[in-house]
Amino acid sequence: MSVLVVAEHDNKNLKSSTLNTISAAEKLSEDIHLLILGNKIEDLAKSSKSIQLVKKVIICDHEKLENQIPELSSPIISNLAENYSHILAPSSTFGKNLLPRVSAQLDVTQISDIIGIESQDTFIRPIYAGNAISYVQTDQKINLMTVRPTSFEKCEEVGGDATLENITFLDSEVKTTFVSREVSKSDRPELGNARVVVSGGRGLENSDNFKLLYDLADKLNAAVGASRAAVDSGYIGNEYQVGQTGKMVAPELYIAVGISGAIQHLAGMKESKVIVAINKDLEAPIFNIADYGLSSDLFQAIPEIIKELDLLNQIES
Amino acid sequence: MKVLVAVKRVVDYKVQIRVKSDNSGVETQNVKMSVNPPDENAIEEAVKLKEQGLANEIVSVSIGDDKSQDVLRTSMAMGIDRSILVKSQNTLEPLAVAKTLKIIIDKEKPDLVLMGKQAIDDDSNQTGQILSALLNWPQGCFISNLKIENNKVFISREIDEGIENLETSLPAVLTCDLRLNTPRFASLPNIMKAKKKPLETIDIDTLGIDTSSKIKTLKVIEPPKRKAGIMVNDVKELVQKLKYEAKVI
Repeated sequence: MSVLVVAEHDNKNLKSSTLNTISAAEKLSEDIHLLILGNKIEDLAKSSKSIQLVKKVIICDHEKLENQIPELSSPIISNLAENYSHILAPSSTFGKNLLPRVSAQLDVTQISDIIGIESQDTFIRPIYAGNAISYVQTDQKINLMTVRPTSFEKCEEVGGDATLENITFLDSEVKTTFVSREVSKSDRPELGNARVVVSGGRGLENSDNFKLLYDLADKLNAAVGASRAAVDSGYIGNEYQVGQTGKMVAPELYIAVGISGAIQHLAGMKESKVIVAINKDLEAPIFNIADYGLSSDLFQAIPEIIKELDLLNQIES
Repeated sequence: MKVLVAVKRVVDYKVQIRVKSDNSGVETQNVKMSVNPPDENAIEEAVKLKEQGLANEIVSVSIGDDKSQDVLRTSMAMGIDRSILVKSQNTLEPLAVAKTLKIIIDKEKPDLVLMGKQAIDDDSNQTGQILSALLNWPQGCFISNLKIENNKVFISREIDEGIENLETSLPAVLTCDLRLNTPRFASLPNIMKAKKKPLETIDIDTLGIDTSSKIKTLKVIEPPKRKAGIMVNDVKELVQKLKYEAKVI
């Protein structure tokens, strides 16, 4: 049977979470269809046709779909469902907002936030903020799943030649209107997607001191993250939060600065390949999971690291 | 306006959970249990709406065994007027929870339903969205700000990119982010008062809905442990290790 992947995008480009989700779909079927619901998405549809694993791109292009109101998009997905064995969406706030509605409309139980696929009907998902891993099996007529993007590689965006199908917009009466989106602008890589993440905690003491982290992040071409404690203290916006109540990240290098390592923070970053912890408190739990620990005052250590990195660059150039 | 708040009893967020030795699940016996944290935000918001004069009755509902009375009493100690416990021995999946809530809502006819964005035990993050679809009411998920004026509802949602602002209308289903508010502590006099507030019990079998599990848990295991690494002496050593040993910079 075919598998449908619901694309997360901004009407211009696919979000990388969509590419991770397509990789998950590859473990289930060779016939992967990508559904793009949006406004003025002709160019997006064209570029998506070249994704190697995708056989068919299905688009629904309508001005009402501009802002991804789930009350409007979910019936369109439910309407296509009978053609598929599995429907997948990223477990980002986009997918979490949308797919459970399809579950209601199809009367099947959704499996949230899968991190592994054992077979057509058996999936792996974290529970208790990743402190336990559950293997679940289902024999429902269709499997609805959200996919944790960091658990699957991004698929190739080129080399494919998918067919394109336009479907007509199915209007529903909706009482919700979009007002605005406050998106933090940054030249740094996206947090969920960066190769290196530099995160700060309460040890930074105030928002001005986060500038230190931004300098380090820029040296490493890294995204900036934060612990919930730092966010709650108002040092930095919530969209930077890494952890159970924030974003899940799994970069190649995660540098935790002045972060003690509360369970809820570890849940969001412990899949990182290499973890560095810098904290003056030797008892901080973050050291239990760090590959490299440095017990030091961060206000001395960070400028020194920047200096060392500059030195390395000089040697290389 | 009448507000209904859905509340779940879960293992306290400060408890380091243990996987059962037979891998059938997570140990919940003799473990401290509490109100699911974002559900506390939902309770707090309902109480605030009443204090502001926008709500005239606020009701909490939970689904679970007799012990779930605890979290309902906690909600009443925080200011909820009365509670409903839908008694169920089995753990329900989100779809079944939403169907159960719908029946209670059809009977209670609230104008607004509030609940946490996700339960911290199974981390499904589905119930509010399903309920909104079943009721055909507007959905507002992961909200961090709420303003209600003349039947109009203004919400801010925490999304991955930042914040999204929406306008909608009542009746609606809203799921709460931890940033929505700071839940109050229940004072001792209020805890005593809450013991006398009405708590109605309904047996789930009398509701006539299918609450059977559609998903079978084969096993629950501990996550792979990270090996603790090494402590470096200084910044120079750290940078050298990252460059030549880990090869990540």
